[in-house]
Amino acid sequence: MKTTTRHSMHRLANRLRTAALSVALLAGSAASQAQEIVVSAAASLTNAFQAVGQAFEQSKPGVKVTFNFAGSGPLLAQIQQGAPVDVFASADQETMNKAAAAHLIAAPTRVDFAANTLVLIVPATARETPSQLRDLTGAAYQRVSTGTPATVPVGRYTANAIETAGLTDALRPKWIYGESVRQVLNYVARGEVDAGFVYRTDAMIEPDKTRIALTVPTTPPVRYPIAQVATSKQPALAGEFMAYVRSAPGQAILQRFGFSKP
Amino acid sequence: MLTPLTPLWLTLKVALIATLIAGVVGIALGWWMSRRRFQGTNVVDAILMLPMVLPPTVIGYYLIVLIGRNGVLGQYLDRWFGINLIFTWQGAVIAASVVSFPLVYKGARAAFEEVDGRFANAARTLGAGEFEVFVRIALPLAMRGIAAGLMLTFARAMGEFGATLMIAGNLPGKTQTLSIAVYEAVQAGNDQLALWLTLVISVVCISVLVVSSRLLRARH
Repeated sequence: MKTTTRHSMHRLANRLRTAALSVALLAGSAASQAQEIVVSAAASLTNAFQAVGQAFEQSKPGVKVTFNFAGSGPLLAQIQQGAPVDVFASADQETMNKAAAAHLIAAPTRVDFAANTLVLIVPATARETPSQLRDLTGAAYQRVSTGTPATVPVGRYTANAIETAGLTDALRPKWIYGESVRQVLNYVARGEVDAGFVYRTDAMIEPDKTRIALTVPTTPPVRYPIAQVATSKQPALAGEFMAYVRSAPGQAILQRFGFSKP
Repeated sequence: MLTPLTPLWLTLKVALIATLIAGVVGIALGWWMSRRRFQGTNVVDAILMLPMVLPPTVIGYYLIVLIGRNGVLGQYLDRWFGINLIFTWQGAVIAASVVSFPLVYKGARAAFEEVDGRFANAARTLGAGEFEVFVRIALPLAMRGIAAGLMLTFARAMGEFGATLMIAGNLPGKTQTLSIAVYEAVQAGNDQLALWLTLVISVVCISVLVVSSRLLRARH
């Protein structure tokens, strides 16, 4: 596996992780002779992209789409270390900007394909429902969850919203950070935390175990960019997949999962 | 103040307490199992060894079901005592204790079985009670094997990752142990911090192994 990072020195930790991913992905592609692309996508896209991938595979027999879902930050780090990925979809512009700045993506292919909203959710069993962010400072909310701000976009959106509301210091001791937005969702659904910040589309996955308390305005708005990875060996197929995501059938699937048009 | 050393102190604290808990329980059960032969000895032994062969994530899930806020035991801990173990360093201690327990149990049991039964019987004919036999005969004679087991327990507890992440989460300064700090640094692409933390944990582990093997040799 040839790494593409421009740094002259590779550090061991990242190499090992990349090697592990490469082996896993290569093993997968060796097993099937079909044309295959690997799509690294933000965790919040999990269910929607699995459905999009299936529809894409049906429309193009002999093509296989393999997904790699995680927080946008970890996905970027993998690509940076040369993971064999063809398409990258992140949950915020900042992560994609970093990818662009490091020349990891083919810049002209970058385009926004979906939008989402940040919501505050509580466990379905919670007695009270916060009606504004300030309510989280109350004693009923000992543990509030969001993504790790350094690597998970939902954590950054949350931190910005909390700062705008002037609650950064008040809420500091309450945070429980998740590795991805889906972990935050899981914490709330199990009632391990008193409230959590996720996307509306995530809350829709656990309608029985969680309840949306309020929609949180974000700056910038939650928009998902997608781009072809610069080192992709299948740029044509990667382009077809991205076109399918933006096509009418692709957008219909995304909307079924609660995403809106960018 | 959060420094790269914060996870080190937390890791040492968690591993030390976990070794203490696993040590007491493991030595007691090792002693008990070394003297009993009953129907199902092997089944009990297999259950006690389970944490070592099961993936740590499975242990983590068991613990969530057991001590989570809505867990089988957790809901009563919460309701009666107001205790929440999830996302606390005490939760990390429990995870590390459970995962590393088989190492001291296995070591202690094997060591007790090696002890010549005639010494214990001689003590009994001289009027020693069972507790006295354990403390003054069996324990000192089995010390080498037990110490080796404890050493491995400590090392395993220090490196524990999967169950800890599921139980205690990743809260910098509160539950972020060294292994989890390394994971997050790598995920964030912060290679310098990852390298530095990796060096710290390597140096500490080598020191622990060297010091304890010296201590063991000094005894003999």
